[in-house]
Amino acid sequence: MTDTAMTDAGAARQDDDVLVRLDNVVKHFPIKQGIVFKHEVARVHAVDGVSLEVRRGETLGLVGETGCGKSTLARCITGLHPVTSGRITFDGQDITNLPRARMRPFRRDIQMIFQDPYGSLNPRRRVGSIIGDPFAIHGVADGPERKRKVQELMELVGLKPEHFNRFPAEFSGGQRQRIGVARALALRPKLIVCDEPVSALDVSIQAQIINLLEDLQDELGLTYVFIAHDLSVVRHVSDRVAVMYLGKVAEVAEAPDLYGSPRHPYTNALLSAGSVADPELSERRERIILVGDVPSPIDPPKGCRFHPRCPKAEDRCAVEEPVLEPRLNDPAGHDAACHFPVAAGERLGQKLGAVEPSSGPTS
Amino acid sequence: MSLTEMESGAVDAGLEPKQEIAGRSPWLLALRRLRKDKAAMISFAVIIVLVVVALLAPLFAHWTGYAFDYQDRKFGLDRNGLPYGPNSRHLLGTDSLGRDMLVRTLYGARVSLLVGVVATAIATAAGVIIGLFSGYYGGVIDTVLARFVDVVLSFPYLIFAIALVSVVGPSLTVTILVIAFFNWAAMARIVRGQTLSLKEKEYVEAARSLGGSDFRIMFQEILPNVLAPVIVLASLMIPIAIVFEATLSFVGLGIVPPTPSWGNMLSDALRTYQVAWWTLIVPAGFLFVTTLVFNLLGDGIRDALDPRTERIFAMKRKKDRKAAEEQEEATARA
Repeated sequence: MTDTAMTDAGAARQDDDVLVRLDNVVKHFPIKQGIVFKHEVARVHAVDGVSLEVRRGETLGLVGETGCGKSTLARCITGLHPVTSGRITFDGQDITNLPRARMRPFRRDIQMIFQDPYGSLNPRRRVGSIIGDPFAIHGVADGPERKRKVQELMELVGLKPEHFNRFPAEFSGGQRQRIGVARALALRPKLIVCDEPVSALDVSIQAQIINLLEDLQDELGLTYVFIAHDLSVVRHVSDRVAVMYLGKVAEVAEAPDLYGSPRHPYTNALLSAGSVADPELSERRERIILVGDVPSPIDPPKGCRFHPRCPKAEDRCAVEEPVLEPRLNDPAGHDAACHFPVAAGERLGQKLGAVEPSSGPTS
Repeated sequence: MSLTEMESGAVDAGLEPKQEIAGRSPWLLALRRLRKDKAAMISFAVIIVLVVVALLAPLFAHWTGYAFDYQDRKFGLDRNGLPYGPNSRHLLGTDSLGRDMLVRTLYGARVSLLVGVVATAIATAAGVIIGLFSGYYGGVIDTVLARFVDVVLSFPYLIFAIALVSVVGPSLTVTILVIAFFNWAAMARIVRGQTLSLKEKEYVEAARSLGGSDFRIMFQEILPNVLAPVIVLASLMIPIAIVFEATLSFVGLGIVPPTPSWGNMLSDALRTYQVAWWTLIVPAGFLFVTTLVFNLLGDGIRDALDPRTERIFAMKRKKDRKAAEEQEEATARA
């Protein structure tokens, strides 16, 4: 196929730079009904054609509302969910839906940090044994050597190595997340997918974990895919940011570009929803309140997925799906999927009278 | 500390002298709670005594000079052919054939405990493995196994046992297998239900993302978390198995005479209890006490493993402390 050949050539050209490449990745979950003979009645379009690149050593932020498919995408990258279609390449090699045995070597390179520090650690196992799991599974180190390595890891993430024999219940939320980080680091992975690693933590603890992740990145040359719904956190950690809406990428750009000149109306709405520490600025800022709810991913809207809620939507948006490409003379890395991108200084709220002067949502 | 430092091993020296801190495992905490439960601890002591005397049954036979199947012609039966009540020769009297009740009851304890523990062990192992596979793999495997469990649970098991034993003939092994066969299904159902919810946990996902095998996930991640209900159910299964064995032996389908079991001793007693109460009361009493203590211990274990009971204990401790303080104050004032 010429299409594949072209992407192959593209992959080869940028091989040094790109660690992970997603090519039109689709993940649908079938909804089945029937007692004995189950038949598919519908499918949830969790991820619906996402193409992204993650460059070596960078942090790619992935933001979006709950249910936009960002966690599903993360699990596709780590191989926890087989993808419905599309291609995932890691380090130049196709890892799409590899059988378990052939996926094994890549599991060492791709690790994951989970959202819930309480759910991601087995309450019945000792911390030392949990962190030692990667060594045990991949047969890397055994006995005293494994213990030494685990204790080194514990020290690396700021835990006391003497707590080796403790149980997860004997740690606080932040400490537990450190345990999760240590486990992810054990095999010296190239890529760590962080699935909302701080959203279950206290704000003060969030900063600690984020700083830890950043320090580790500097020290070990890690690449992160950082998922969050807190825009200020993403802004702080990310080199590039991708905004997802209903299983699709709405906009992707270098972090300063995205925050400085958001093109997609959805990005604008998201940014306006974030809180600002300065009360006066907060007062003056316009807040875009989106009308309606996120449509069901079982039956997503035709055309642009965002058009039923978009203040700038026109007839064309309901028919033609916008491609993800640079708009309005943006630099090459800044892509937005919108027919009518937002220009600088444009006030979106006024269009629909949907502006709410900072007093919060009413409906 | 930096990574390069770490890899050069410079920190090793610093690591060694630090003392290790022992973690308080959930099991240890449960054990502590159990040790505070008086009823459970007394029951546990009684069980230990039962086990010891059952193990020493041949020694009792040796001391008294009566084997379990020895019919004492001189002192076993009186002139009318009736058994003697408890006396200095036969501490718990004799049965209708002039055999020593004490020795027979202790041998009966061996059978009961053996059947209870072995049948429960088999049922638990089978139930746990089938439940884990059924819950973890789901799909066709689950459908087949879960339906099989339903079928087993819906059998009228005494009738089935009677039919089975009348075909293959009664023996200790058959008794154990029959009891195990009717008990594993309840265990499998509980383990399956727990597995279904546990396999969605993030730590299972974490193990999977590390490349852990299904086997490893089932037995290292899921099993330790289903162990609490398994232990509770197993401890309550033992008395059920003991009673079931007694029932089978009572109707003549369990332990074959002359080997004594509490069930066939009770069956023998039906002919004599009007003139010799002890032939009925002794095995019935042992059976009653044994099932009672196992049930009490099982209840205690359930309470100890249930984290919600910790709060009750904590409240109790607080109350005790307060009462003690008040008393102290009162004495100080006086």
